[in-house]
Order: sequence, then C-alpha cells, then structure tokens
Amino acid sequence: MNDLNDMFFQECDDLLEGLSSGLNNLEDGGGDAETVNSMFRAVHSIKGGAGAFGLNQLVGFAHALENVLDDVRAGKLTADETVVALLFTAGDHLSDLVDAARHGNDLPPEQGASILSDLKSVSGATHSGSEPGGDAAKEEPPAFEPMALTVDGGLPALADMLSPVESEPLTITFKAHPQLYANGHDPALLFRGLEGLGNLTVEADLSTVVPLRDAPWSTPSLSWKITIRPDDLVDEAAVREIFEFVEGLCDLEIGAETAPPPGDADSVPALAAPSPSAAPGQATQAVAAKNAPAARSSTIRVDLQRVDRLINLVGELVIAEAMLRQSMDEMPHSANTGVDDAMSQLKQLSGAIQERVMAIRAQPVRSLFQRMSRIVRETSKEAGKSARLVTIGDATEVDKTVTERLVDPLTHMIRNAIDHGLETPEQRRAAGKDERGTVTLEAAHRSGRVVITLRDDGVGINRARVRQIAQHKGLIRPEDDLTDTDIDNILFRPGFSTVDAVSNLSGRGVGMDVVRNEIQSLGGRVTLQSEPGAGTSVTISLPLTLAVLEGMVVRVADQTLIVPTSPLREMLQPGQARIHTLCDGDRVLALNDELVPITDLGAALGYRADPVSLDLQFLLLIEGDSGHRSALAVDTIAEQREVVIKGLEQNYESIPGIAAATILGNGKIALIVDTDQMIPVPGKGSAVNRPVPGVTGDALHA
Amino acid sequence: MHENEKDSKSVNRVEIVCFTVEKQDFCVEIAHVLEIRGWTSTTALPHAPDYVVGMMNLRGTVLPVVDLSLRLGFGKTEAGERHVIIIAQIDEKVVGFLVDAVSDIITVDEAEMQAPPDVLSARTQAFIRGIHTVDDDLVRAIDVRAVLPQGDRVDA
Repeated sequence: MNDLNDMFFQECDDLLEGLSSGLNNLEDGGGDAETVNSMFRAVHSIKGGAGAFGLNQLVGFAHALENVLDDVRAGKLTADETVVALLFTAGDHLSDLVDAARHGNDLPPEQGASILSDLKSVSGATHSGSEPGGDAAKEEPPAFEPMALTVDGGLPALADMLSPVESEPLTITFKAHPQLYANGHDPALLFRGLEGLGNLTVEADLSTVVPLRDAPWSTPSLSWKITIRPDDLVDEAAVREIFEFVEGLCDLEIGAETAPPPGDADSVPALAAPSPSAAPGQATQAVAAKNAPAARSSTIRVDLQRVDRLINLVGELVIAEAMLRQSMDEMPHSANTGVDDAMSQLKQLSGAIQERVMAIRAQPVRSLFQRMSRIVRETSKEAGKSARLVTIGDATEVDKTVTERLVDPLTHMIRNAIDHGLETPEQRRAAGKDERGTVTLEAAHRSGRVVITLRDDGVGINRARVRQIAQHKGLIRPEDDLTDTDIDNILFRPGFSTVDAVSNLSGRGVGMDVVRNEIQSLGGRVTLQSEPGAGTSVTISLPLTLAVLEGMVVRVADQTLIVPTSPLREMLQPGQARIHTLCDGDRVLALNDELVPITDLGAALGYRADPVSLDLQFLLLIEGDSGHRSALAVDTIAEQREVVIKGLEQNYESIPGIAAATILGNGKIALIVDTDQMIPVPGKGSAVNRPVPGVTGDALHA
Repeated sequence: MHENEKDSKSVNRVEIVCFTVEKQDFCVEIAHVLEIRGWTSTTALPHAPDYVVGMMNLRGTVLPVVDLSLRLGFGKTEAGERHVIIIAQIDEKVVGFLVDAVSDIITVDEAEMQAPPDVLSARTQAFIRGIHTVDDDLVRAIDVRAVLPQGDRVDA
C-alpha cells in the first residue's frame, strides 16, 4: 500500500511538472491543442489516482480544474490572460493539495475556496458535465435538449455543445489486449462505469473464443459489443473518459447508431489501430489523436541509490585501471605491445563507462526552473510588484544532487531580485520601463561547468547605500577604497541586509552569504554584476558533477595532496617569484604591484611544525570567490589529473583545510585541499592557522 | 526441552572476535566486524587526534584507522607487516582498528559478562563495556562507539 502511495505521489510530481510546463507554454502564447490536451490528461490522471486513494479534497479540486481545461480544450473558453492566471493559481493550489495529501493531511477548505469558486464560475456557464452524476451535468436542464436539434436557432454556442448528444444509442466495440489484464484492469468495472451514463446492453462476442485445448489460451479472445442508450447529455467524450485508463491497451470503437458489421471487429488484428471503415470518421480521428502522444520516449524509474552504487563501482573501476597501469609502468620494460594496446583500450572503455554513468544522474534543470516560476508568482504578489519569469536553456543537464541543492539558494535569490531589485509598477512606468518586470533564469554549459544566471531588469544595486549600511554595521571602514565589485561583494558578507526593516519576503535572517556558502559547498562560485537603473545579474558557476574534480597533484612534507584547479590562477617556479618577508615570519609575494600572502601548505595542515624556506618551493596562486588571493607553497608539483572525490564525513568527520579525499593510481589516499579555507580573509588572518574545527566561522568572527 | 532450547538458542549467546593489544586480550562482537586485513599504509590526517593513524583505502572506501593501543592508553603502535586491521561497521560508519593480532572467535554468554569495577579510571569506564572470563583469562569487551574518533572525548 505504501509503495503504491509513493508511486502515486511520484507520478503526481511528474504530472504537476507537465501541467506547469503546459501553463508556461500557454502563457507564452504557444499553447496548441496538444498542450491543453496534455494538461487535461495530467489533471485527469491526478484525479483518477486520488480517487483510488480516497483523497476527496484532491479529487474535488482536480475535477473543477479539469472542467476548465476541458472547456479550453474544446474551444469553449479562450485561454486569455485572466484564465491563464487562474489556471496558474489553481495549478499551485493543486500542488499544495498533493503535498498535503502526501503528508496525510487535508488543507483547510477555506484555503482553496475562492480558487474553486472561480474555477466553477469560469467553467460553470458552459460546462457539459463529463463526470457521472456530477453537479454540472445535473444543472443542465433537459429542456434544452430539443433545442440542440434545431442547430440553426439563435444559440450556436449551446447548440455546439449539445450537438453530439442525440439520445440515440452509441455502439461501442471493445476488445482488450493481454496487457490490459496484466495491468490489473477489469472490463466489468469499465462496464459498470458505463452503466452510470445510461441504459446499457453488453454482449460478449464468443465467436473467436478458441477451445481451451487449442493453445494459446493465455491470449484473451473475448470482445464485447456494448450498446448504450444515454440518459441525457452524454457524448462520445464521456465514454472515452471511462476508457481513458485503458487507452492503448484495447481496441475501442465508438460509433453512433450504425453498428459495425458483425465480425468486423474480430478481424482487426489485436495490436493494430482500429480500422477506419468500422467507425465514423470523427471517432477514428479522435482515436488517432489520442494514440499519438502515447508513443513517448520510454523511461524507467530507478532508485537513486542503485545509480549511486553503480557510480561508486565505476569509480573503483577507474581506480583499479589506474593501479594496473601504474604497476605495468613499474614492470621492467617488456616488448609486449599487446598488453599496452589492451590497456589503452581498457582505459578508453572505463572512461566512457564513467561518462555514461554520470550522465544517468544528469537531469535537465527544467523542473528546477519550473519550481522557480511559482516563487516568482508568489513573491511578486506579496511584494505588490508585477514580474514574469523567462527561462532560457532549461534543457541543460545538471547532476541531480546539484539541482536539488540549488532550490533554496535560487529561491532566495529570486525573492531578493523581486523584493529588492524590481521597482513597483509606478516607479517602472516613471522610469520608462515595462510595468511588468522580467526575471530571467538562464542555464548553459560553459567550458566543463554549468553556469546559471539570474537576471532582473530592476534598479540595480544602490552602491552608495550598500556602502553606508556596511559602514554602519562595521563591515568596512569609511576610508576603505573600494571598487564597484568590492561593494557588490559586500552583499555576500554575513549579517548584511540592505532593507532596514526586515521585510516579510527576503529578510528571513538569511542573506546572500548563505546562498554563497551553499553554492560553495557544491564546488561552485557566485559572482554578481549590477548596472544602476538597468538591473542586477547573479551568476552561479558549478561543476558538472560532484563526483570528479580536476586537480594538481602536489607533494608537501612527504604527503601527496590535491589542489583543485578551478581556483588556480598561476604557478610559479622556485626563484621565479619576488618574495618579501614581513615581520613574524609572514611572507608575501609581490605580483604585478599586488602583495599576495603566502601560505605554507605543509605548516598550515600541521605536516611540519615550521614554515620552510621558500627558495625551493613552488607557489600556486589561488583566487577565492571573494576575489582575494593567496599563494600556496608546496615542495613539488607532480601532475594534473582528474580525481574521483571520496567524502571524509561518511566514515570520519570534516577536517579543517581539507575538502575531501581521493584514491591515487597506486591505491594510496590523497587529501584534496579546501582552497577557500587557505585564503586569509583581509584583516582577519588565515582561517587554517587555527586548528579548531569549524574554523571558517570562528575566524570570521575572531 | 525448554532448558535445552535456552542453552543452544538463547539470545544471550554472542560470538566475539578476540584480539590482543599490548599482550592484553580484548574483544568486539562479531556483528560489528566486516573483515580482518593485514596492515596497509595509511594517509596521515591534519588536525586529527594522535590515535587516528590515518585514512586507508579498502577497495575504494576511504576509512579512518584507529590505533587501539594508543586509544586505550598503552602507547603508540609502530605498525608493521605483523599488525592487523579489524574493519568494523558501527552504525553508519566503517572504521579500522589497528591491533597486534586476532586470536580467536568464541561464543560467550552476554549475561555472564561482568561490569568493570567502579574503581577504574574514566578511560576504562568509557571504553570497556565489560569483562568476559574465558579459561581463566580476562577478555575485555570494547565499547566500539566510545573508542571512535567522534565518540566520547576522553582525554588521557
């Protein structure tokens, strides 16, 4: 039962995502018939599943929404701005209801009451009532029925709606495929559903039933002919709706009055589409249109843990391959080129496997972006601003963990952009801008990294004000000479907020520093550009995967360490650098008129007690996200290579100055340096010189 | 019949892995032990307690190795080829214990384990769960959670 439940809610997530992408399509004016159709199906499936689990609140709301979508689908309702806005709100509420149901709750009824009544009022006037026994169906006075026949009367809309309803019998030929039974459907239940529509006659066609002793007895051969004399306003669509869940699992023909010639249905091969000659053209067309979207790309749901285990194994395969390669290199030089060839083939294969396996975890950012569109709607409403979200490159694929962990930072950034960035509609008009602000989310792959940019076309950062507040809070000194970038970066400092009165939206005790920390923990960088009057853009640059990292292998005090290459700016050979010793043994590197502090990596990590002479040391110039630089002194630089990241926290605990570990080709473990912790914060000293856990926080407040 | 059943299938019967550290007998429950490995070199960790020898690679898993001798107060082990590492799983974590040798796997009755006498040091109280008497020898049962690096911080 629980599994079923889980499956339903997982499916709901997918369906809601489909609904939301359809709505975005509709809003952009690109909503064709198929868009509306797929939205309708999504809501309908949610309703169907919710009904099976007895989630009445969900069913009721989904039904109302479905009715509106049905009207849009049928062209009875134009999807203008108000309708789309209503659909958006309804979609959000539906997802709230699904969430509530997932946790076994109902939402307080008043919460969706206004949305529900809006939906009903939009659809109520025109709706034909497809739900058996539904209110809408009963509200239609049967007296209208005769008028439907006089199509040339003065009521085209109504007539349109009622036209297929002649109270003449519908003939349905139904033949189930084996898969229908395998999926647990029962024809008897379908017939019972039909019974709700009107007087029903079901006739089983026994002519094709083979005697049991003649195999194959596992193939169902029964077909049914059903004649239905509808009670009232039942059209073909209502009948189809009953069969919606077995769509594609049966041969279904619905014809008005003219019964197909006996035996014709039986001659249709089990898997072929219904023969056009058997049914009136209209029905066939509908079937064809409904079958088309069923041919979607085939996917399977896999437990993420299984994928992760596979990824781990492949990581080990790559390591084993490297170990093999290394011990071969150490062997006396042999003339056996065959082994060498086989080795390089193995290397290629294992590399390819690793790449493919990583790709399994990669997911388009679309679902992440769609969640953000809701944030934009809600925030702009709360802030009394008008905003729309434009997404670019939402097919860009990113590791699933990354997309999940980007939800909070992005949410916060969007709230900031709307609350602080965008002006009110009046201000925007005065500034000669479109009253409606635009927030753009863009994702792209750029040189082995994923770059996500959030842009708004608001006022930009008020640097004078930022400076003033930062001084007031003691983050900077009045005499500090700061560039524009420096000032922009103040926004990332802990405890900074430009709005004095903590607003209900963005100032919830977390600032951009939290955003930066989260991005950094994903191995990413955040940068910010702003142009006064034209807007602000925040750029997040992330590694493609969290599992592999490009690094320099270095030796320090007989230890092998990895320095990630992404913050690496320059490498200096011994004697190449101009080094000055300040007091207390602190040394700096003079580089293009800039003085860069030097950190002896061995001493910083406690591998040796005292910093050594720099005469024979290599220097690695690194730059942190804050733009501050530091030079790491190491004994030797061995090579640059890709390493598989192994977390330390799983079996041990986090280590100051160390980001993770990896396994080298010789099977030995090497630690990966956390470069950000190696960069001294100006005026605060280096973080790692104090060997206390949680150094960064302590050092900042020291 | 009833008595018999209790004898052979009692829930109190546990298998323990006995090992020696500095010629003393210790044991852990076999349920914790994943495997026993020969000594392998480890990678030293910065800012780690001295009894954490370093990180070892167990077929792609990176795990810390604890010098049980030092942790229990006997002094540092100069690890070499003759030493063994007991790979143990404690809750979600996998840890290696560096010991002198593994001697036996025996079955004991948990109910007959004696509590360590009250007079002993804080370290003994924290790390020794109890004492089994096996053929006149005392086998100390280690509290595996307490000896972990992130277990109770008991300083010497």
